[in-house]
Amino acid sequence: MSRIAETFARLRTEGRPGLITYTTAGDPDLPRSAEILKALARAGADVLEVGVPFSDPLADGPVIQRATERALAAGGSMRATLDMVAEVRREVSTPIVIFSYANPIVRMGLDAFVDRAADAGVDGVLALDLPIEEADEFRAAMDRRGLDNIILLSPTTTDARIRKAAELGRGFLYGISRLGVTGARATVATGAEDMVRRIRAFTTLPLALGFGISQPEHVAEVGRYADAAVVGSALVALIAEASSGPDLIARVDAYVRSLRAACVPQQA
Amino acid sequence: MQTPIRRDPDDRGYFGPFGGKYVPETLVEPIEELQRAYYEVRDDVTFQSELARLLKHYVGRPTPVYEAQRLSAASGGARIFLKREDLTHTGAHKINNALGQALLAVRMGKRRIVAETGAGQHGVATATACALLGLECHVYMGVDDMARQALNVVRMRMLGADVIGVDAGSRTLKDAINEAMRDWVTNVTSTYYLLGSALGPHPYPLMVRDFQKVIGREARQQILEQTGRLPEAVVACVGGGSNAMGIFDAFIDDTGVRLIGVEAGGERIEKGKHAARFAGGSMGVLQGTRTFVLQDEDGNIEMTHSVSAGLDYAAIGPEHAYLRHIGRAEYGYISDAEAVEGFKTLAKLEGILPALESSHAIAYAQQLGRTLGPSAIILVNLSGRGDKDVHTMEKYVENR
Repeated sequence: MSRIAETFARLRTEGRPGLITYTTAGDPDLPRSAEILKALARAGADVLEVGVPFSDPLADGPVIQRATERALAAGGSMRATLDMVAEVRREVSTPIVIFSYANPIVRMGLDAFVDRAADAGVDGVLALDLPIEEADEFRAAMDRRGLDNIILLSPTTTDARIRKAAELGRGFLYGISRLGVTGARATVATGAEDMVRRIRAFTTLPLALGFGISQPEHVAEVGRYADAAVVGSALVALIAEASSGPDLIARVDAYVRSLRAACVPQQA
Repeated sequence: MQTPIRRDPDDRGYFGPFGGKYVPETLVEPIEELQRAYYEVRDDVTFQSELARLLKHYVGRPTPVYEAQRLSAASGGARIFLKREDLTHTGAHKINNALGQALLAVRMGKRRIVAETGAGQHGVATATACALLGLECHVYMGVDDMARQALNVVRMRMLGADVIGVDAGSRTLKDAINEAMRDWVTNVTSTYYLLGSALGPHPYPLMVRDFQKVIGREARQQILEQTGRLPEAVVACVGGGSNAMGIFDAFIDDTGVRLIGVEAGGERIEKGKHAARFAGGSMGVLQGTRTFVLQDEDGNIEMTHSVSAGLDYAAIGPEHAYLRHIGRAEYGYISDAEAVEGFKTLAKLEGILPALESSHAIAYAQQLGRTLGPSAIILVNLSGRGDKDVHTMEKYVENR
C-alpha cells in the first residue's frame, strides 16, 4: 500500500477529514522552503503538495504566480525541488505529492523524472496540464516505480471522464471546487458538495477538494463531505507576508494548526 | 496524381509527434465542445458561404499578388511576387481567422470573446469582428507590446474592445496567452477564446490554418495566371505560424515548390536574444501543444527577443514542427537589423510599408533571390502593413 493510501486509510479509521497543504518549492528560498515543509508536517498536515516552479503557470492565480517568480529567482527548478524533497524526506514521513506543469516533467524525460522522484521519496504526482488523454506513457512510468498518479477533476469534467479517472487515478482524486485559477476566496464554492456527490457515484477513491479554501471554517465545511481539503494560495500568501520577518516558521505553524484543528471527526 | 503529403491531424490533434491537447482539466471539455462545433461548421455550406461573403465584401478579398520588379532587380533578379495581405481590411491576414472564429462563437452561443495579441494585429482583427457581430471583446496584451504597438492599442479601444495589459514574464505574447487562458478557464461557460495563431491545443492549429488557407488558395491561382507556372519558393515569416500555414497549405502537394518559414533571429542566436525556435529550441509542451520551444534545462521557457512583437514568441505552431520533421518545409531566420533593412528597402523601392514581421520574409526573399538568380520565381506572403511599426522604425530612418 502506498504512503498516500495508508494515510487515507488511517483518516477513515479516525473518522476525520485530512488536511493537504500546497507550497511552492523554493519560495522564499530553497532552505526555508524545506524548513516550511518540515513545519507543515509537524503542525499536522496529512499530505504535502509541493509545487514545482514553472515560468508559465497558466492555471495559477496571482498569489502562486508571484511565489513561482520568487522561487525561480531563488534558484528553484524541478531538479532543485526533487533534491529538496530528498532532504525533507529524511525527517518527514508525511506523503509528498509533486504538483507540476507538464513541461518540466517532459524536459527531464518521463522515466528520468519518475526515477528521480521515486528516489527522492515522492509518493504521488499531479501534472496540471497533462490530462488523462495525454498521460498514457506517464502513467506507465509512474506505475513502474509505484508512484501515485493524482488526477484532477473539475466542474466541467463529464461523467464519462470521471469514470476514466476513477479507473486510472491512484492515491486520491483532486476535485477543483470551482472554475478558474488557484486563489483564496471568501467562501467555499456553491456546488462543491454536489460535485463531490457526483464524483462519489463513480468511485471509492478518496477525494480531496481544493481551489479557494483558506479558512478553518472552509476546511470544516469541506470536511463534512470530502475526504480532505487542500489549502494553497492562502498559505503561500502567508509565507510571502511573513518571509521578511523573524517568525515565518512560527506563523506557518500557527496557521496550519488552526486549519488542522478544523479536521474533526465526523458523525457517521 | 500525387499522394497528398498530409491533410489533417489525427483525432487526438497530433501532426506526427507534434500537437495534442495539453490543457488543465477544466478546459478539456470546452476544447471538446469547440472541436465538435468546428467540425460541424467546417463543411457547412451556410457557414462557409457567410464567411466567404464577409471575406469578399468586408475584408476585400481576393487580395492581389503583385510583382515587385524594383525589389526584384535589387535582389539579384529573381522575380519576387508579394501576396498583399497588407491590403485586407484592418491591414493583416489576422482578419481571415478572426472573422471565421467569431462566426463560430456566435454559432456556439458565446457572446463574450477573449483574445491575446502580440503585435496588436490579431487584437485589432478580433475587436473588428466583435464590433461587426455585436460581441463583447477583451484583449490581453503584454505591457511591453502595448508600448511598442501603441497605435494598435488605440485602434482596439476605438473599436470597443477592452485592452488589458499583462505585466508578467517577458510582458509579450506568451504572457498575454497565459492571461487569456486564465480568463477562459474562469469564464468558460460564457466565453469563447479566439486564439490568433496556429498554436495552442487542438483544434486551434487546424482551425486557424483552415481559416487562413484562403491566402494560399488565391495566391497559387494568381501566380499561375501571371507567370504560367509555380514558384521555386514560397516565403513567409513565422511567429506562431498562421500566415505561413495559410500560404503554404495550397502548395503542400507541389513538392517542387520550396516552402520556407522565416523566424526572428533577433539580435543574435543566443539565449534571450532571439525567437528562432528551430535554431535554439527543443521539444516541449507550452500553452496546450507539444512542439519546438525555447527552454532551459529545467523546462522553463526562455525569454525571447525580436524587433517585431508578432514573432517574439517561444514556441512554434505544431504543424510547422511537423512539416520540418518530414522535410516538407525548411526554416531560416532573419536578424532585427536585416528585417529593418527589408522594411526600408520595400518602402523606398516599392512604396509599401510592410509590417516588421513581414519584413523578415522580405529580407529573406532578397537573400534567396541572390542565390537563385533571375530565372527563379519567389512568392512572399506580405502578411501585414507597417503603419503600426512607424514608431519603432522612426529611430532607424534618416531624415531625408
